[in-house]
Amino acid sequence: MDSDEDMETFEVDSGNESSSDDIGFNIEDQNQNPKDRQNDIEEFVFNVLSTEEIVQHMIDCIKEVNIIVEIPATTTRILLNHFKWDKEKLMERYYDGDQEQLFAEARVINPLASRSSQQPSTSSSMSSKAKVSRRCPPNSEECEICFTLIPSNLMTGLECNHRFCTQCWCEYLTTKIMAEGMGQTIACAAHGCNILVDDATVMRLVRDPKVRLKYQHLITNSFVECNRLLRWCPSPDCNNAVKVQHVEAHPVTCKCGHRFCFACGENWHDPVRCSLLKRWIKKCDDDSETSNWIAANTKECPKCNVTIEKDGGCNHMVCKNQSCKTEFCWVCLGSWEPHGSSWYSCNRFNEEEAKEARGAQERSRAALQRYLFYCNRYMNHMQSLKFENKLYASVKEKMEEMQHHCMSWIEVQFLKKAVDILCQCRQTLMYTYVFAYYLRKNNQSTIFEDNQRDLEAATEKLSEYLERDITNENLANIKQQVQDKYRYCDLRRKKLLEHVHEGYEKESWEYMD
Amino acid sequence: MAGLSPSERRLQKELMSLMKEPPPGMEVDSDKAEQNLNLWTIHMKGAEGTLYDGEEFQLQFKFGPKYPFDSPEVTFIGNNIPVHPHVYSNGHICLSILTDDWSPALSVQSVCLSIVSMLSSCKEKKRPPDNTFYVKTCNKNPKKTKWWYHDDSV
Repeated sequence: MDSDEDMETFEVDSGNESSSDDIGFNIEDQNQNPKDRQNDIEEFVFNVLSTEEIVQHMIDCIKEVNIIVEIPATTTRILLNHFKWDKEKLMERYYDGDQEQLFAEARVINPLASRSSQQPSTSSSMSSKAKVSRRCPPNSEECEICFTLIPSNLMTGLECNHRFCTQCWCEYLTTKIMAEGMGQTIACAAHGCNILVDDATVMRLVRDPKVRLKYQHLITNSFVECNRLLRWCPSPDCNNAVKVQHVEAHPVTCKCGHRFCFACGENWHDPVRCSLLKRWIKKCDDDSETSNWIAANTKECPKCNVTIEKDGGCNHMVCKNQSCKTEFCWVCLGSWEPHGSSWYSCNRFNEEEAKEARGAQERSRAALQRYLFYCNRYMNHMQSLKFENKLYASVKEKMEEMQHHCMSWIEVQFLKKAVDILCQCRQTLMYTYVFAYYLRKNNQSTIFEDNQRDLEAATEKLSEYLERDITNENLANIKQQVQDKYRYCDLRRKKLLEHVHEGYEKESWEYMD
Repeated sequence: MAGLSPSERRLQKELMSLMKEPPPGMEVDSDKAEQNLNLWTIHMKGAEGTLYDGEEFQLQFKFGPKYPFDSPEVTFIGNNIPVHPHVYSNGHICLSILTDDWSPALSVQSVCLSIVSMLSSCKEKKRPPDNTFYVKTCNKNPKKTKWWYHDDSV
């Protein structure tokens, strides 16, 4: 498809200035309304929850289950946490499986068993209990942590009946929370008892607001982290979480403005899928390409093993390591001596072996070059995207200036819209290179590359246009051209994505391993 | 016992109880402990009928200000370090109740009993397989070691 030709038709088409953009703005404005939390773009429903709303949601989840199972809320909470807040799974196990085993696994005492029949699950102390009770006057007990006689009403414990004084409990919980960062998984203080301390007990026994706050944070965090339908907004300093109805690789936008993929938490990365992006990021982060470069461009000195990069054409190598200085042949890595001055060839080596070695190096070299090709383009669009974000500021100035002349607020919005689209295109282009890196050549991949080329060309034109000086005289003209360009970019972007998605459905994409 | 911190109060009580009713084969160096309540030495005899019968060892306990909520630092000291698959030649002991499984309801006495029982169940006197490497590289404080409790049979 010839992009220029397409442009022409588009320019003719948009001769009459349509108001469709203005409508687009109204929709966007509605979405930015803070009251409107539901985002219904493409029917993917999600909510953005503040910290308080997360806590409320957690309470609602517990209530919902509690209406059915009718056990204490704190126990329900531990059970839910055990099942990673999957209500259905909990219900299934609760009604179909062995309940005793379920409670044991979740580390709670079965609340349905009568209390009187319960014994301490493990003996908490190695000193005999009898000795303690013998010494105790009525209505007091010895706390096994502080070894002090305490009035019985100041002694407390969980359903496992391991009792300690409230002060020791408080100290114990505070240490676990503040020093060890434990929240949901604090066990009873008795030795060998794995029964979990529920949140109500923690809140009853710990009074220090700082510790209580940290505890709340810890349990809220574990609620979000283990709940499949929730994800923290990855933007630094943002305390919101996004809640979805079902897990899907889909863009979500936090109230803080950050847009990311719900499934993996990375920036929205269409057309490449989460799994490949993850591989790509790992590849870029680790040193695999460094070692590839070393394999492709260097050899080791046959004597001292120092790594050598060849920087000239001559194959007579002299190791620069001052304590080595060995002379050898770059081609065969054999000593230089037999190569002599009158004859130069390393054919005394096994041809197969040599070929194999060369082949391996060639493959390394080709792999490196291929990676660098895609990586450069990926990085380049990423860099441009950062610059385009700066463009917003300068565009804002221009928009204000235009309003001082002859245009209304609504009439100048096309500039912001253009930068929006430019950024979207950059982002899409960036990830097309990740997709392309893993793509095996076939007919569809050729079409994809054509689409990529067209989008790239159009994006560059739009970018160039937006960096131009806008003067008063050519205002109307420029508006027309900018609008044409961004509409074309948007169209190309959508076509490219559509084609890739279609390929996913038809399974026409083949990947390199 | 006014003026003592909760940690010191508990240590004082533990010390009294150990002095009054010491478990068989154990003796706390009370003079030393009274001088410094946070550093105790306990003399321990190998249990009769075990591989350590007739041997004597010294255990050192160091208590932090957060004891008993924080576990004590326990090592063998002196010139006779027991040869045992869980005891390194520098005196460090690989025992889960000293770190991960510590509970404030445990005490000096229960730790000592655990160590005696650990020694008693030993079938063959040998050092841990990674002894040389560990002793060369470990932190002075055994609590800084991330222990892997892979074998609780001895």
